[in-house]
Amino acid sequence: MTANGWFQITLFLLIILAITKPFGVYMARVFTGEKTFLDPVARPIERLIYHLTGVDETHEMHWTEYTIAMLLFSVVSMILLYLILRTQQWLPLNPQKFGALPPDLAFNTAASFTTNTNWQAYSGETTMSYFSQMAGLAYHNFVSAATGIAIAIAFVRGIARREKETIGNFWVDFTRSCLWVLLPVCLVVALFFVSQGTIQNFKPYVTSHLVDPQTINVTGADGKTASQLISTQVIPGGPVASQEAIKMYGTNGGGFFNANSAHPFENPTPLTDFVQIILIFAIASGLTYTLGRMTGSQRHGWAVWGAMAFLFVVCVFFAYRAEARGNPLLHGVSQTASASQSGGNMEGKEVRYGIADSALFATVTTDASCGAINAQHDSFTPLGGLIPLVNMMFGEVVFGGVGAGLYGMLVFVVLAVFIAGLMVGRTPEYLGKKIEAYDVKMAMLSVLIFSFLTLIFTAISVITTFGKAAITNPGPHGLSQILYAYVSTAANNGSAFSGGNWNSLWYNISTGFNTLLGRFLPVIPILALAGNLARKKIVPESAGTFPVTTPLFASLLVGVVVIVSALTFFPALSLGPILEHLLMNAGKVF
Amino acid sequence: MKKNLLTAIWMTLVTTLLLGIVYPLVVTGIAQILFPRQANGDLIHNNGKIVGSELLGQPFSSSGYFVSRPSAAGPAGYDPLQSGGSNYAATNKALIDRVSADVAKLRAENPSAPIPIDLVTASASGLDPDISPASAAFQVPRVARERGLSEVAIRALVKKHTQGRELGFLGEPRVNVLELNLDLDAHYPMH
Repeated sequence: MTANGWFQITLFLLIILAITKPFGVYMARVFTGEKTFLDPVARPIERLIYHLTGVDETHEMHWTEYTIAMLLFSVVSMILLYLILRTQQWLPLNPQKFGALPPDLAFNTAASFTTNTNWQAYSGETTMSYFSQMAGLAYHNFVSAATGIAIAIAFVRGIARREKETIGNFWVDFTRSCLWVLLPVCLVVALFFVSQGTIQNFKPYVTSHLVDPQTINVTGADGKTASQLISTQVIPGGPVASQEAIKMYGTNGGGFFNANSAHPFENPTPLTDFVQIILIFAIASGLTYTLGRMTGSQRHGWAVWGAMAFLFVVCVFFAYRAEARGNPLLHGVSQTASASQSGGNMEGKEVRYGIADSALFATVTTDASCGAINAQHDSFTPLGGLIPLVNMMFGEVVFGGVGAGLYGMLVFVVLAVFIAGLMVGRTPEYLGKKIEAYDVKMAMLSVLIFSFLTLIFTAISVITTFGKAAITNPGPHGLSQILYAYVSTAANNGSAFSGGNWNSLWYNISTGFNTLLGRFLPVIPILALAGNLARKKIVPESAGTFPVTTPLFASLLVGVVVIVSALTFFPALSLGPILEHLLMNAGKVF
Repeated sequence: MKKNLLTAIWMTLVTTLLLGIVYPLVVTGIAQILFPRQANGDLIHNNGKIVGSELLGQPFSSSGYFVSRPSAAGPAGYDPLQSGGSNYAATNKALIDRVSADVAKLRAENPSAPIPIDLVTASASGLDPDISPASAAFQVPRVARERGLSEVAIRALVKKHTQGRELGFLGEPRVNVLELNLDLDAHYPMH
């Protein structure tokens, strides 16, 4: 680890801290209908959208109607994406003449992008037309993010409101997320990315001539080896920057190219890299302030932020340390950091980012439900790769996905309050609302669904031939690869130990369903909880009330998050990354 | 239910038009006017031919050139249609064997300096345009020998192409291999 590495990490956290209040205040104003500086531009577009789509913006929804509207929109937009992917050969902006995606891959991709997961069983540069990328995939980057923000805002309303039957209007929350929160920032950031080298064009791929043509030996299907001269390089094009902006800011993570944010055309410089990780946390961090502002308890918002920031710092420390130590199995090479090299475990990492930025990116992208990568997590050291896994197993509540991070963390808040209540021996209260059996049941249900999906699918895959066929790294790492796939899809992250052969019928169908169930099943009890909280009366604070604004509460929250996921996942982790770490230190290779 | 379904259908169509079509077209229009070079991939032209992109690495194996890092993108490496890493786990024997073979080769070429780790490891994209300054310095004796030049001259060229951390603290120092080799050919053509 280097001083410069820690300087970058510290600066990153300070920037996140600094933007939390401005983002939070702005979003609170947007969703409570107060005036904002964008109103003169956004308001007319908003009115036009409501006019065209038949939305009555004064209509308030019961939680069941809110849920149904959200589900209907997700289903309809997912079907449209599936159709685009199946018919892209007839659609415009396809200069490379890519054919239709097969049904299982199209289903997997449509499910994955609708749920903000962006698990990618395809390679963008050889599969997707420009039209599919922008109108299909980048579009879903916007709307799945807006859906997540809408749900989080509805949940916050549930906490803030008293004796009300309704929690807002899904269409209004959704539209305002798109027009006020997502689109303006993306316009600016996309152009900034282009200025730094991220490409943005609709041109066919360009063929360039290699400076030093290569002769390679190729073994043909008949088993004979023939030499082949490679003298050209095909340089891809595409509307990348516009997708890159929302890919990060909406915590989607679906790369335009297979190499994702490691690809120089997506993420050309250390500066764009730094901006990308700030974008990942921006909305999620701001939403903690929105929570405080809308519920009238700013200090509660900061307590939640503090718990998240603590978990982030601990995780980034261990990821950075593991990667900086390098790979003990490699001999005869210098892995020591110096002024002229970053050293450490450089397999699967880019020179321009080095170890610190790669470990930081991997932590941030899995704290949130982003899933973009600037280094190959599969090639991390066992403990370095353990951190992304653990982050996702927390349920991605360390800032987390846009909206999803906040409502995920609020579920843990309800559980923490409940446990505190048990310890004090009084009915638990949360910001003046009594937390009762129904609330705790709904909170637990959403937590259990995630663990259940992850572990069941992993279990099926490790005992079946079609499941094990995906493994490309033998030994304990093979289990980690499969476990990572299902944790990532159930938590809607979308990153992978990407060496695995994931584009098979079993994985396309199972991970596709996993993203859908992992997104929509937990959301139903969460919105039910929101609806139930909104109905409740406020009870006055008393000496027996456990305050949710203190460092003590933040610590308890951290404890609940860690214990719930540790109890669920420790056995699987001990057979995967932990065992691999011990064997690696004993000098064992597979 | 029926009203919300109709709204869902119209909302999908209207927002697809705005966010999926108008937005990328607007960004492309502005980008092509303001930053045409970057928007089209920072292509490098040499004698009327496109010889690559500043941002994408290329494979080099002739001993008069600085070589790039190993690449898992295609059989010759650096194929942008197959971007990605090796995805070898740290404990995978294939990784250990590949690194050992490369170490043996490099050791023969320059026995005196330690071998920098980035020179024997594959990048995440398979298209990494850079090597570390340590990896460039490691190759200076070989390149000087092959081109019949002094190490001082080559070292000066490497220094010219060494980029420090961005803004002084972001990322890591690096040397763009393609640009360095093109400059090498321009200044000291091979016989």
